[in-house]
Amino acid sequence: MASDEVKVIGAWASPFVMRPRIALNLKSVSYEFLQETFGSKSELLLKSNPVHKKIPVLIHADKPVCESNIIVEYVDETWSTSGPSMLPSNPYDRAIARFWAAYIDEKWFPSLKSILQAEGEEEKKAVLAQVEEGTALLEKAFIDCSKGKPFFNGEHVGYLDIAFGCFLGWLRVTELAAGHKVLDEAKTPSLSKWAEQFCNDPAVKPVMPDTATLAEFAKKIFAKPAA
Amino acid sequence: MAKKEDSVKLLGFWASPFSRRVEMALKLKGVPYEYLEEELPKKTPLLLELNPVHKKVPVLVHNDKILSESHVILEYIDQTWSNNPILPQDPYEKAMARFWAKFVDEQILPAGFMSLVKAEKGIEVAIEETRELIMFLEKEVTGKDFFGGKTLGFLDIVAGSMISFCLARAWECMGIDMISEEKFPGLNRWIEKLNEVEIVRECIPPKEKHIERMNKIIERTMSS
Repeated sequence: MASDEVKVIGAWASPFVMRPRIALNLKSVSYEFLQETFGSKSELLLKSNPVHKKIPVLIHADKPVCESNIIVEYVDETWSTSGPSMLPSNPYDRAIARFWAAYIDEKWFPSLKSILQAEGEEEKKAVLAQVEEGTALLEKAFIDCSKGKPFFNGEHVGYLDIAFGCFLGWLRVTELAAGHKVLDEAKTPSLSKWAEQFCNDPAVKPVMPDTATLAEFAKKIFAKPAA
Repeated sequence: MAKKEDSVKLLGFWASPFSRRVEMALKLKGVPYEYLEEELPKKTPLLLELNPVHKKVPVLVHNDKILSESHVILEYIDQTWSNNPILPQDPYEKAMARFWAKFVDEQILPAGFMSLVKAEKGIEVAIEETRELIMFLEKEVTGKDFFGGKTLGFLDIVAGSMISFCLARAWECMGIDMISEEKFPGLNRWIEKLNEVEIVRECIPPKEKHIERMNKIIERTMSS
């Protein structure tokens, strides 16, 4: 009989890996964290995610679940009686949360990543403008979704908080490298407040890497000249 | 939840698999809707107003609620009209349906497209790569009528609209036998089963018009 054991295959620096870990913490589910070595992929990873060969992978009772946002929903639905729901119950509000999570992955994060890879001031400025435009949309989305409460999901950290908040460490590293703040009290007052509360949440704190360590790691992986 | 006085509008495009799949879901649930055709690539002021972030179809308007992104819309439809469920109940099965649906749009679609524009240049590699991806789906559907089991589900709607009634048309244009009977018996049987479902048939873009459009897109892409 398959045990009810939960494992997460991942890496400490990956924002995508943070997502299932925060979700499991929110549901008070204990799990074994299997750290991948940077630059190589374990047998277990290749076996559990043959399609993408990527982290994170959640293994629950020997069954793998892949794709970070899909894992978060799986955790929410499987341990539904433990802790608050990570998505609103109203179908429209759920749809809005999913919409913005998809936007973050398809548009916002890729443009954030390209700041670190931008060559020359012109390109950097252009990409920064894109990220700021996106962040302004998310500031408004936060106001709409939170309805005066501390998180996108209301009283508690939820799906969209996790989908966006996981990038805060990398956002800070990028801001430092670019010498430009994207999230600040003047431009994005609501998100700035939210960011602080998110990072201090007990489900998030243990898995959020500190900026200095992340910055060192970033230097290592972006050390080669941009292709 | 949903009431008799509900107003449902769908902004779509006849050749868009993303738009067609929303129609399939609405028809499956027996939800009456008003269809508004966008004449792409021209975008109406209504589309730009309703979907300022992406400026794309499909957009669903349910009473005063505006929704975009086909996967988001499908899940909304499933939760709002509970008859003929599209997603499985079991969280693991649900996660698998979502995973494969994402795979269809994010992996098979771009690879499928590459197999068209590279084919003329004689590169078999792109075609083989696409077949490798499609083989994952063959394994998922083998032994079943539909991905959803005995009846149409989320993945059938997503993969049906994208592969059988969109990419397959394009492959036919180019004379590519992508999903051969010999290598993909499960998927071929699935396509037959799909074609037997009336609401699916109603959502298939008209063949000649579709192939004509595909030819134009391929020509344009190759000359750029």
